Amino acid sequence: MTISKTDPNFKHEVAAEPGGEAIKYCFACGTCTAACPVRAIDERYNPRKIIRMILLGLRDRVLESDFIWLCSTCYSCEERCPQDVSFAEIITAVKNIAAREGKLHPAYVTQLELLKQFGRLYELEEFDNKKRAKMGLAELKTTCDEVGKLLEES
Amino acid sequence: MENKYALFLGCTIPLRGRQYEKSAVEVARLFGAELEPQQDFACCGFPIKSATREGTLLLAARNLAVAEEAGLEVLALCSSCASVLAETAEELAEDDDLRKKVNEKLAKVNRKVERPPRVRHFARWLYEEIGPEAIKEKVVAPLADFRFAVHYGCHYLKPSWAFHDAEDPEAPHSIGELLRATGAEVVEYAEYKKCCGGALLGIDADISLAMAGEKLSRVKAAGSDAVVLVCPFCAVMYDDNQKKIAAHIEQELDLPVLFLPQVLGLALGLSAKDMQLKLAKNKCEKLIAAFAEP
Repeated sequence: MTISKTDPNFKHEVAAEPGGEAIKYCFACGTCTAACPVRAIDERYNPRKIIRMILLGLRDRVLESDFIWLCSTCYSCEERCPQDVSFAEIITAVKNIAAREGKLHPAYVTQLELLKQFGRLYELEEFDNKKRAKMGLAELKTTCDEVGKLLEES
Repeated sequence: MENKYALFLGCTIPLRGRQYEKSAVEVARLFGAELEPQQDFACCGFPIKSATREGTLLLAARNLAVAEEAGLEVLALCSSCASVLAETAEELAEDDDLRKKVNEKLAKVNRKVERPPRVRHFARWLYEEIGPEAIKEKVVAPLADFRFAVHYGCHYLKPSWAFHDAEDPEAPHSIGELLRATGAEVVEYAEYKKCCGGALLGIDADISLAMAGEKLSRVKAAGSDAVVLVCPFCAVMYDDNQKKIAAHIEQELDLPVLFLPQVLGLALGLSAKDMQLKLAKNKCEKLIAAFAEP
């Protein structure tokens, strides 16, 4: 790794994202990593290391990695951070940046398509409404085009 | 009815968690509350937060606008829906600029948020508004022969700021208290606060199944009749995917999975049919037998 391959602006870019603001307060204590249930299973995912990589400006290596998609969004890191950094929000900011550069994980590409089509992650069919009616549950609309329109706006 | 709430179902429950919906509606009715699904509710926005935080904000705000229009507080059955809607309600109430920006976009679908409604998880509402004591008084079929393990999951408690620190995520107790009100025993097990791993199922199944496997094997070792939870996605993980989890950790699990209001409802005298015990893949045969129609 040479200094020319780093992007010193990356930390400011992350800090400018909603939820990314507090990254500069990190003093690398590693509480996030100790609290992380994913890290306990797979060492590729190391919140403290990811923060250091961002602060060092390793932009491409972070954005092109597989590991940024491994957060289970349990918020244990955020709850335990002594500096209110919220790693859960920081990794979300990083993923949003990756998404804007065309690097969105395919699982989310599919989810976005489903939401645009049905307004929900799963298609609710008339057959499901019949099952619901049988149980005395309210019938529900099977689509919601407002969701697609709002996603076009974002 | 004065005591009416907008019931937020989200994506999973209408198809894969109907036993949760039915039992929650019936339990609430016993205490004089009506939970009414809103036709215009759609996805809460949480699932796409990794792709677009702004998209999440707009979808969550849209749902809040629907509830505000109906003049109703929101009760959510899914923990992730509850957390993202509560977070958004909080942000929109506090930040006038953000609310203005969001409303400019919501105007394109003829929606508007002015005073975001209060949002709570259904189980939080049960604990705060009804409470273990009132439930205990109404129990007609005590579950003294049963031992349950609680899975709190993540977003019922976290991020804690979104829920006004209603419960310490490091020492959760509310669901255990509600279950004990039925006379049942609540078993303790190591790592009971850990995540189900469900969010990673579509990203890295090995991690996801290992996370679930670690917890379920501990529940199994604690010797409980069922794992009781309050989130449909945790249920997709623990119930729908239990076979895969067991295969992944090479261990037999056979752990029944129940939603909190199913257990409460039975103890409170609601019918086993209405509590829909047979809808789970891993049915609690012991409960089914105990409440079989003569």
